[in-house]
Amino acid sequence: MSATPEKKAPKKSAPRTEMPVQPPFVRIQNYLEVALGYGEEEARAEAARCLQCKKPLCRQGCPVEIDIKGFIGQLQKGDLPGAYKVLREYNSLPAVCGRVCPQETQCEGMCILEKNPDKTGGAVCIGRLERFVADTFAARLAEGDAACLQITGEAACRMTRDDLRVACIGAGPSSLTVAGYLAALGIKVTVFEALHEVGGVLVYGIPEFRLPKSIVRREVDAMKELGVEFKTNWVGGKAITVQELFDEGYKAVFIGVGAGLPQFMKVPGENSIGVFSANEYLTRVNLGRAYDFPNHDTPIFKADEVCVVGGGNVAMDAARTALRLGAKKVSIVYRRTKAEMPARLEELEHAIEEGVHLELLCAPLALNADENKRLTSMTVQKMKLGEPDASGRRRPEPIEGETADIPCQLVVIAVGTKPNPILLEATKGLSLNKWGYIDANPETGETSIHNVFAGGDIVTGAATVISAMGAGRKAAKEIARRLLGTEL
Amino acid sequence: MSYRILEKKVLIPGQTTLLVIDAPHVAKHAKPGNFVILRTSEKGERIPLTIADCDPQAGTVTIVFLVVGKSTAELNTFEEGMSLPDFCGPLGKPTHIEKQGTVICVGGGTGVAAMHHIAKGHAAAGNRVVAVIGARNKDLLLFCSELGNFCPEVLVATDDGSQGHKGFVTEVLKQRLEEDKDVSEVVAIGPVPMMEAVAKVTRPFGVKTTVSLNSIMVDGIGMCGACRCSVGGQTRFACVDGPEFDGHQVDFGELRLRLSQFRPQEQESMKLFQEKCQCAEGK
Repeated sequence: MSATPEKKAPKKSAPRTEMPVQPPFVRIQNYLEVALGYGEEEARAEAARCLQCKKPLCRQGCPVEIDIKGFIGQLQKGDLPGAYKVLREYNSLPAVCGRVCPQETQCEGMCILEKNPDKTGGAVCIGRLERFVADTFAARLAEGDAACLQITGEAACRMTRDDLRVACIGAGPSSLTVAGYLAALGIKVTVFEALHEVGGVLVYGIPEFRLPKSIVRREVDAMKELGVEFKTNWVGGKAITVQELFDEGYKAVFIGVGAGLPQFMKVPGENSIGVFSANEYLTRVNLGRAYDFPNHDTPIFKADEVCVVGGGNVAMDAARTALRLGAKKVSIVYRRTKAEMPARLEELEHAIEEGVHLELLCAPLALNADENKRLTSMTVQKMKLGEPDASGRRRPEPIEGETADIPCQLVVIAVGTKPNPILLEATKGLSLNKWGYIDANPETGETSIHNVFAGGDIVTGAATVISAMGAGRKAAKEIARRLLGTEL
Repeated sequence: MSYRILEKKVLIPGQTTLLVIDAPHVAKHAKPGNFVILRTSEKGERIPLTIADCDPQAGTVTIVFLVVGKSTAELNTFEEGMSLPDFCGPLGKPTHIEKQGTVICVGGGTGVAAMHHIAKGHAAAGNRVVAVIGARNKDLLLFCSELGNFCPEVLVATDDGSQGHKGFVTEVLKQRLEEDKDVSEVVAIGPVPMMEAVAKVTRPFGVKTTVSLNSIMVDGIGMCGACRCSVGGQTRFACVDGPEFDGHQVDFGELRLRLSQFRPQEQESMKLFQEKCQCAEGK
């Protein structure tokens, strides 16, 4: 094996260090973060489990190629600022990634310890360590720790070249990565965001209890320190066009506007009162802080019985949000079984722990409402699994004549998104693929227009935060290469 | 970035207000039919308002709003010189404007303001624009003289007959359509019952009828679908597919019910706001 560890794993390794969490019965009463993060002791114990492989596999699993061995090595030496410095070289959003990345299928899935978990205790908890480093560094920085100040100072002191300007459209994970990467090289970046708050899906989509908004703000503030300018309330394609950006002197444009438009199911009754797309439900609660209504103005619809349609992370977020808003019964309605659910295992487990019901092998047929168009129930078709389809998942097939009514006053539809047309329609010469997403070079992120790059969900369709960041990083490297003329 | 209020004009005290906002990039791109979304505070909700006028040279956008709930009541507390924290636009598809002959623009209540911008666009394209506007009485009529600047005719209907025809705008419209067979389009903006009534009047005449829907919105950029409505049996998003649709195809009943979705919360919010205002006044 090429990845022989430098030293043999101890015969009986310590198990993965658990991270403290709020107990389920407590956390469904509040909107605070569920996972509480490692303390110093826990982090030290977990870092010690890393074998510091000569040829680390974990890094290959990371879409932004973080030097994982390097940052954990610094932790093992007790050098927290050093660990942070390594992380920031690769990742502008370590506190975010530590929380929302699907590590089990990426870095941790590749960890050598994961090859024989019974003996080794399983993969190093890389995500938890990343979170620990980012959070602890921020806390120490706030206290005025000299070593931490020095690291942020070094980054901020670099001269910004005002003649080299790059515009990012959309302020989600991919654009933030582009901005962070280029700003660190002294390139002036302006980020145009359509909503009133920066962060994209990190602020409107992912709930506070999974990713506190203060964390996103902290990462964004760090970018402002590096000279990145953020313009909120600017809709790309409406308030500014790609051509106008070039006319204004920007040398390159990165499009990271996300997937956007919600899919509905096209079943009868879908416009009834009480039926929401997951985007609307989550945007009201997260961006609008509707969980704090009427202290915040954005209202949200409350109901005793809630159905969430879909089996992905967004469905889990919506279901857990409904519980926190006081629903007595929340059911996830999914047409396949638990095994086919695309959600992260941890999200599904957390949802079940909190009391979310699963209505599996059920496909919505109709949404039933009273004479005032208020939702009363959902009729579902019972399904069974047939032969595998093109995606390799077994195709759900209806069981003739078997339907059921699930009483509910609120339905959240989380069955995916389509590309948002606003910027695409306003940008002449931009090639789209057959699904309507932007056609971008997989190596550089460049689109059919010279010096216009794209990445994230608007290229791939709905995917993960980290894959969007990976795409942002690729594009940023290419932009930097063109503007600075150096191979990076 | 904040958006300064350059001018505030109370059109109807305690009810309807006009604000001229300094927002050059919005003014530069705004076309008739577009709308904006704004917030009144860091805790505010995003509310959509149709653009009543804009001046790309001066970099200003004019909005007119009716005080209907907490957010608009709070907006009404802003004075000249103060700034709005968030002002986003232009949003929505602009009105389809081409030279086509006679266009009748019908406006009811605050909708007259939004209609003004569209009528102006039609006039600029060389169409003969007949404005039909209505209100309860003559003191509540909006934009009457402004419309007169580019409309050869401004027909008025008031409930009490204090100016123009005594009755509804639909009656004026119907009479006009009977007399004038060359009307190529009717545009109607106002309360839902008014737009529904206009569509009913124009249907037998077979005249193209455009209405602008004031659905509940959250982001206003196609992300959430809060504004969805049924048009010709299809679900459409008012924010990105509209806000203007064929009035003969719109399911107005559904729109009305969907607009009432958050009524209890809106009332709760307004009550708290009024109590707070009274408290402040009491001090």
